[in-house]
Amino acid sequence: MKLFNLQRRMARAVMTPLTRSERMRSVAPDGRSMRAVANQIIRPNDRLTSFERLEIYNRQYWFRVLSAFAEDFPGLRAVLGGRRFDAMAKAYLIDCPSQSFTLRNLGSRLVSWLQKHPTWAGERQNLAVDMAQLEWADIEAFDGLREPSLRPEDLTGVNPAKLRLRLQPYVSLLALGYPVDDLLLEVRKDSDDLDVASNTFSERHKRKRVSAVAKLKPSPIFLAVHRLDEDVYFRRLDREEFAILSALHACKSLNAAIESALRSSPIAVADRAAHVEKWFHTWSALGWFCRLEKSAKNEKAASRQ
Amino acid sequence: MPANRFNGHTDYGIGIGLRAPHYHHILTRKPVVDWFEIISENFMIDGGRPLRILDQILEQYKVVQHGVSMYFGSAERPNREHLKRLKTLVQRTKTPWLSDHLCWGSVDGRYTHDLLPMPYTFEAARITAQKIRAVRDFIEIPVAVENVSSYAEFHVSEMTEWEFLNEVAERADCGILLDVNNIYVSSQNHTFDPFTYINSVSAERVAQIHIAGHSKYRKYILDTHDHPVIDPVWKLYARAIERVGHTATLLEWDDSIPSFEEVHDEALKANRFLASASLATAV
Repeated sequence: MKLFNLQRRMARAVMTPLTRSERMRSVAPDGRSMRAVANQIIRPNDRLTSFERLEIYNRQYWFRVLSAFAEDFPGLRAVLGGRRFDAMAKAYLIDCPSQSFTLRNLGSRLVSWLQKHPTWAGERQNLAVDMAQLEWADIEAFDGLREPSLRPEDLTGVNPAKLRLRLQPYVSLLALGYPVDDLLLEVRKDSDDLDVASNTFSERHKRKRVSAVAKLKPSPIFLAVHRLDEDVYFRRLDREEFAILSALHACKSLNAAIESALRSSPIAVADRAAHVEKWFHTWSALGWFCRLEKSAKNEKAASRQ
Repeated sequence: MPANRFNGHTDYGIGIGLRAPHYHHILTRKPVVDWFEIISENFMIDGGRPLRILDQILEQYKVVQHGVSMYFGSAERPNREHLKRLKTLVQRTKTPWLSDHLCWGSVDGRYTHDLLPMPYTFEAARITAQKIRAVRDFIEIPVAVENVSSYAEFHVSEMTEWEFLNEVAERADCGILLDVNNIYVSSQNHTFDPFTYINSVSAERVAQIHIAGHSKYRKYILDTHDHPVIDPVWKLYARAIERVGHTATLLEWDDSIPSFEEVHDEALKANRFLASASLATAV
């Protein structure tokens, strides 16, 4: 058997979902007997059959990817409950197996997958999608690229009608229907406490978490998930702040972004300039804008001439 | 051999794996450690805390990169994105050599994130060696391949594991990262004499040695890196050092990780054997 064929056959077997009792299935996804598949490629020894030897790898695969996935989405686990989360995770990983050399990217397709498969979350679909978005943004913020930040002198003499500011790649902007940031912080606090907990304590915290999820009511929030001094933070934004940042992220010019964001704002016209100044001061202090690219600098030079 | 072209002519002593639970201890106490081995994939990222910590470590310690997902033995071509990120990290760490496993783990662009065993065939040796050469040419530093622990053997195999390791290393003209714990684990799972393996490996190609603990089950042994090194593995290590001389040695401890001191003390037990190797060389 050629190397590629052997590897393809073994990988299919290894990535086949386990039974409920976490053993290898007797039938492969193509309908063939798994025992026959194993016998064809793997030698038995005096202690283990071919099937049992293949099963070691099959189980290792699922234990590894499921535990890595659960580690990345504790908030979603709290929303769905342990049993439903585990079933959802298996279904997701069957549809979206890893296509990356790193387990870090295991959940990269989760949000769009959840949106297409609402049955897993049922009544909590919107909450689940919100939480998955937040947890993926958290992963992106943790190790995303930080480009050199914009300096005040970069803006001297720049025409705001033409200025296009770019957000740092590690910053994500989220418009969410539920205050899942609070819930996720609660879940994390719980799991930190659990590191030193007894069983009774753990049960009490589980109930507390379940009740926190049950109590969570829809309440639209706008959020920036970002990094400061290498720690990830969730920063609540005003509606107008979110609109300006989103427009800038969509490559609108500074003027256009501000105009479109404030067009239907309830903020009094007289107060708007002060708000905008305060927001930009904060975003700049947090280092959210990237230094201008060469083309923007040239534009700046051209506008001076 | 102590310093050779497969480890960048370095003469490193005893190192341990750099693991998150020890970051604080290392950065605040600054313990004396010959070198740290990092898992490349943990730092093949664009930014954030892991890279900041790595830079702090690099200011004070020697670091060697060890990968877990290059999959030299996978029939498909190397992933370009993976190679580019790996090279960027190599430039950052200035690792004198780089290691990854003699195994496969991806097919059709899907990753198992496991170290799957090779069929020991000449076709597999040829494909694997080509890939090792391609990776080395791209990253421009010496590469060493590590023998893995395995729980299965293939009908199609045409040679023993150690013959396959030598065949690949010869064809690729690469180094060997000899994992003596993996040899022990596989010898128990496949019933062969681990000393035959140690005695057969091309000694002049050994760039580095790994030692570790494992977990014993009723019918097989799993390479779990969550225990101290057991005596039979130390005996294999002693024989390996006897053959290859004073070689950079690293203790792997990846699960149920104890305190820094406990891990480091376990690694330093290797000094018993390295000292005698140095003495023998001097005489």
